[in-house]
This record gives sequence, C-alpha cells and structure tokens, in this order.
Amino acid sequence: MDLGFEVVSLGPADHVEEGEQAPEFTRPLVDDEHWENVSLSELTDEGPVLLVFHPMAGSFPTTYIWQELVERGLEEVLTVVGVTSSDPYAQKRLVEARDMEFRLFADPANDVARSYGIEHDLDGMAGISEPRIATFLLDTDRVVRDAWVSEEWPEFPPYDDVEAAARDLAD
Amino acid sequence: MSEGLTRARAQLASMSDPDITLYRLHACPFCERVVRALDAHGLEYRSRFVEPLHSDRDVVKRISGKRTVPAIVDENTGVTMSESANIVEYVERTYGGDGA
Repeated sequence: MDLGFEVVSLGPADHVEEGEQAPEFTRPLVDDEHWENVSLSELTDEGPVLLVFHPMAGSFPTTYIWQELVERGLEEVLTVVGVTSSDPYAQKRLVEARDMEFRLFADPANDVARSYGIEHDLDGMAGISEPRIATFLLDTDRVVRDAWVSEEWPEFPPYDDVEAAARDLAD
Repeated sequence: MSEGLTRARAQLASMSDPDITLYRLHACPFCERVVRALDAHGLEYRSRFVEPLHSDRDVVKRISGKRTVPAIVDENTGVTMSESANIVEYVERTYGGDGA
C-alpha cells in the first residue's frame, strides 16, 4: 500500500510452503445456519480448497477481503473457506453480513494459524492473536500448490494471482 | 480504607493510567503509524479500540469532535488531536527533544 509513509512491516513468516502438505485440523465450520466440527481433509477429499486466513470478524480488512472474494465468484470453481481467531457466533454474523456462500472456520485459540506459522500477536489487545492475512491453495492431497502470506500490517492478497492459481488448479 | 491501601491504589492507578490515550482501529495503518511514533519515544499510552463503522464511533466524536481515527488525548499537555501526520508531528515536537 502506498500511503505516503511506511506501513508496519511484519517481516517474513516461517510458514508452510508450496509443495508441503498443509497441517490437518478440525474446527467448527460455520455457515449462515449452523456450525459443526469439520476437518480440512474432509474438504480436500472433495476437491481443491482455497484456505483464506483473515483478521477477526468485524475488522475492516476482513470486510474488504470477503467482499472481493464474493465478487470473484470462486465458489463456482473450488471450495473457499476462511479461518480466524473469532468464535463461531462472530463468524456466523460475518457470513450473514457479507451474504456469502463461503464457510468460515472458528478458531478462537488461534492454534491453526500457529500450526501454519502465521500467528500475529495484536498490539494493544493483550492475550489476543489472530492469523496474518494469508491464502493457501490446496490440492486433493492437501498439498500446498500456492501460498501467499502478508509481510506488512495490513497487506491484502494479490487477488488476481490467487484467483488465477485457483482456476488453474480447479481445471 | 486504610491509608496504606489508599496510597497503594493511587499508585496502581497512576501506573495503569498513562497520560496519553490513543483511539485506534484494529488493522488501521494510520493508527499503527502513531503507535510506532509513540513506541519510538518510549511513551506509555492506553489503546482504546473503536468500531470500523464510522457512524459507530461516537466515543471518538465526543473527545475530538470528529469520528476519524487515530485520535489522541494527551493529559500531560491538554492536547486532543486527530490525523496521523499531525499526531506524529506533535509527538516528535513534544517528546522528540532527546535532550538537545
């Protein structure tokens, strides 16, 4: 982002890389009606998955990210799911507010982000961390085919690249 | 309440009540810019996070007259101020003396 001053740098993360198998997890997966425990591999068994790590529900970057992904209609080509450290009630409100087809994992303890190497402690909010903004494109073996992790706070995904990689893999 | 306890509470209050209050928005780069300036000068401040929705920021409007963030209140100088560039400049001017 060019704002005329230096944006806060997070530096590179020691994250799960392309070619590695994405860490498995099970968390409540939330849609506009209910939530239930679902594991990542249950989703990848059905087809490729775009895993989108986003800041907590209610924050402005989260609103922008899902607005953009909804507009791109990626749900037609693969499974898109979000993950953040919000509870299922907050994730459900986000699904409703953005009127989206995507489902969101609720991970209040932020363990999933930690296992992917993208935990972000929040300055000024003691005891609360959330994921860095990041996208991982997974094939049906749960192998990472494309990974992008933010290095600035905030920094938004390269949507065109993410979409192109997703459409390529889904073909 | 005993005098000792009163004194202890007053001390605790002064430790946990920095002179500077920063009204900020989660993930707002303009707010982080101010955080960086405050940190650079080793200043204690309290962070108050407000809602992304502009119209929900009445708490900021009450203190600064505007709903924009970041905004700071500095009880040390009596200054209340908005706009990150102005605040950074104010912090530099007020606390950037480094003994010069």
